[in-house]
Amino acid sequence: MNLSELRPGEKATIVSFSDADMSVKLMEMGCLPGEVVEVERFAPLGDPIAIRVAGYQLCLRRSEAAVILIQ
Amino acid sequence: MKKSLKVALVGNPNTGKSTLFNLLTGMNQKVGNFPGVTVDKKTGSIRFDDGRVAEVMDLPGTYSLYPKSLDEHIVFDTLAASGGPDVIVVIADATNLKRNLLLFTQVADLGFPVILALNMIDMADRAGMRINTDRLADMLGVQVVPISARRNKGIEELKKAIQHCTPVATQKTVLKAEEFMCMPAVARVKALVGAENDYYALQLLHREDQVSFLEKQHVEGLRTIIREEKFESGSLQTAETINRYRFINHVLSATVENKPSHDQFAFTNKVDRILTHRVWGFLIFIGILFFIFNAIFAWSSTPMDLIEGSFGWLSEAGHTYLPPGMLTDLLIDGVLAGLGGILVFIPQIAILFAFISVLEDSGYMSRVTFMMDKLMRKVGLNGKSVVPMIGGLACAVPSIMAARNIENWKDRMITIMVTPLVSCSARLPVYTLLISLVVPEQRYFGFFNSQGLALMLLYLASIVAAVLVAWVMKMLIRVRERSYLIMELPVYRAPRWRNVLLTMYEKSKTFVLEAGKVIVAISIVLWVLASFGPGNRFDRITSKYETQLARPGADSTHIQTLMATEKLENSYVGILGHAIEPVIRPLGYDWKIGIALITSFAAREAFVGTMATIYSVDGGEDDSATLGSRMAASKNSVTGLPVYTFATGVSLMLFYAFAMQCMSTFAVVYRETKGWKWPVIQLLYMTALAYAAALVAYQLLK
Repeated sequence: MNLSELRPGEKATIVSFSDADMSVKLMEMGCLPGEVVEVERFAPLGDPIAIRVAGYQLCLRRSEAAVILIQ
Repeated sequence: MKKSLKVALVGNPNTGKSTLFNLLTGMNQKVGNFPGVTVDKKTGSIRFDDGRVAEVMDLPGTYSLYPKSLDEHIVFDTLAASGGPDVIVVIADATNLKRNLLLFTQVADLGFPVILALNMIDMADRAGMRINTDRLADMLGVQVVPISARRNKGIEELKKAIQHCTPVATQKTVLKAEEFMCMPAVARVKALVGAENDYYALQLLHREDQVSFLEKQHVEGLRTIIREEKFESGSLQTAETINRYRFINHVLSATVENKPSHDQFAFTNKVDRILTHRVWGFLIFIGILFFIFNAIFAWSSTPMDLIEGSFGWLSEAGHTYLPPGMLTDLLIDGVLAGLGGILVFIPQIAILFAFISVLEDSGYMSRVTFMMDKLMRKVGLNGKSVVPMIGGLACAVPSIMAARNIENWKDRMITIMVTPLVSCSARLPVYTLLISLVVPEQRYFGFFNSQGLALMLLYLASIVAAVLVAWVMKMLIRVRERSYLIMELPVYRAPRWRNVLLTMYEKSKTFVLEAGKVIVAISIVLWVLASFGPGNRFDRITSKYETQLARPGADSTHIQTLMATEKLENSYVGILGHAIEPVIRPLGYDWKIGIALITSFAAREAFVGTMATIYSVDGGEDDSATLGSRMAASKNSVTGLPVYTFATGVSLMLFYAFAMQCMSTFAVVYRETKGWKWPVIQLLYMTALAYAAALVAYQLLK
C-alpha cells in the first residue's frame, strides 16, 4: 500500500520507498521509515495532499506520495 | 587591524534565516550575484563591540547539502570553494530539531567551525519541549545558542558566540567513514584535489561535474574514480541519510524532553479548514488577489503622478535655465527622461512586494501553491505563478521580480516569459486611443458598451496568449531538474513588519540599480535616434523655419510644432520608420506608425506621445483639433484612403497586446535571469507573436 491511497484523517507507518531518487529527498524532509504519517487534507482540486509527519505539515503531489510505501 | 571574519548563514527554509540576517546586519546589506544562478547573494556586516567587523553572507535555504534545485548548488559551492567562510552559523527551527539537524550534521562534517543557533526557542517552549542546550552543545561539540529572531532574543549572545568562535573546528565527525563513505574512492579524491576533509571529498564524488569551482582535469579525474571504484551515488546518499538520522535520534533522546502541553497546529488547522476550503478557499484567494491588484493601481497613482510631475517640472526648469545646446538636451531628454522612467516604477514595486512579503511571512503563500498547483501545472506553471500573473495586470516589472518566489527553475522561467503578455496598465492609453478611433460606441441590451467589450476582449486575448505560450514552453524547455512539490506548510504567524519594510526597500533599490542601467542606456540611444538626422537635414529644417518665424505676425507655436514634426520625420528614427514600412505594410501600417513603433519600444505609452507629434500637421491647420480627430483624418500616402480603418485599428491593438514594447521589462528580465539569453528570446517571440496576430487580423478584416 502507498501513501496516496489514504483518505484524510487516516494514519499509517512508513515502511520504505519505491523510487530511490525521490527517497533521499523525502527522508531529508523527515519522511523516514518507521515514522507515522497522517493525511491531513487534500487540496481543493484533489491534488496535492497535506500530510503530518515528524512534527510538521508537509505538502506533496499524489505522484510523490505514491512513492512512499506504508502499512 | 585584524582581518574581518567571514560568516555564512545556513539553514532550512522557513527557519527565520532572513529575519536573523536582517537582525544581525540591519541596513548594512548588499545584494550581489552568485555566478550562474538566479538567486541573489545577500551580504551584510556586523560590528562587534571590540571594533572588529564580520562579513555575513545569507545562503539560500536548503534541507540538505545534496542539491535538489539549481539554486541549492550554491550552498555547497560557496562553503567549499577556496576562501570559504571562517564560521558557519547553522540556524535550526527548535520546534522541528530532528529534520533541521540533518543539515547541521552535514555542514559540521565539512570541518568548518560551526555554531548552532536554535531559533523559535520560545515556540518550542510553549509546545512543551524542554531542550537541554548545554548537553546538546556537549554532544555535538559546538556552541549552541538559543534565540528567538522574531522576538529579538538571544541575538547579542549569538554575536558574542560568533566573536569568540575558535578558528579550529571542535565538532565530532558524525558520519562513520568506513561504512558510509566508500573510503577508497574518497582517499583517491583527496589525493587528486589535495583536500583533507573526507566528507568534502565525498560531496565532490556525489556531484561529479556539477561543481562550479573545480578545474577541468579534476573533473576528469573524478569521473575516472567514480567509474573505477564503482561509486554509487544514490544508495550511498540513502545510507548516509539514515545513518545521520540515527545519530540525531540518539542525540535528541538525550537532550530533548517532550511534554506536549498544547498542539501548536491547532490554530493553523482551524484556519486551513477555511483558507484551503474548496469554495471559501478560492473565493478568499480571489478576494486577496483583487485587493492587491486594486491597491497597486489605486495606491500607486498618487506617488507616480508626483514622480512624473516632478520630473516634468525638472525637465522644464532645465530647458529654461540651462544654456540651450546638445549637452543640455542629452541630459534632460535622454538621461533625466530615462531616470524618470525608472523611478516611476518604485511605488508599484514597493506595494506589490509589501503584499508578497506579508503573504510569504504569514505562511499563506504556501497554501496558494497548495491550492493552485494542479490547475497551473497543466500549462507548465506552478501554484506560485498566480501572483506574478495577476500582478502583471498592473505592471510586469514588479511581477517578474515576484517570480523569485518560485523555487523550480523551469516553472520560474516560464512564468517570467509569459508574465509580460498579460495586459498591463501601460497598454491602457494605447487601447483607449485606438478603441475610440475604430470601435463605434454602441450599447447592447442597454448596458453592454461596445467599446468596453472591445477592451475586455483584449484583456482576455492577453490571458489566453499567456496560457498558450506557457503550455508551448513547457514542451520546449528541457531540464535535468525534476519537477516536484515536496514543500513544508509552515504554521500561520503574524508577518514581521520590519521584514516587510526591508523587502520593499531592498526590491526597489535592486530594481533602480540593476535594471536602471539598461533603461538609461536605451533611453539615451532612442534620444539620439530621434534628435539627429543624417547630413545637414536638421540644419536646413531649422533655417527654413527660422525665416518663417522671423516674419512679423508669425504664429510661433504653430511653426515650432511644424518644425518638430519635420525634424522627427527626418531623424534617424524617421528614416527607420520609412525603412520598416515594407515590413509593416501587410499589417496595415504606414511609416508614421512605424516611427511610433520604434519610439514606443521604450514604453508603450510613448506611442500616444509620438503620434501626437507626428500627427500635429495632419487634420487641418487648427491646433486645437484632438489627436483622435487628426488620426481619423489621416490618409494613406499611396492609396489616399483613410489609414485608421477598423482593420488597421484592430491590427495595431493586437500588436500592442502581444509585443514586448517595454524596455523596463526587458531590463528586469535581464536582471532576474542574469543574462541576455532570456530577455532576447522573450523580445523575439513576443514581437513575432504580435506581428503574426496583427497580420492575420488585418488581412482578414481589410
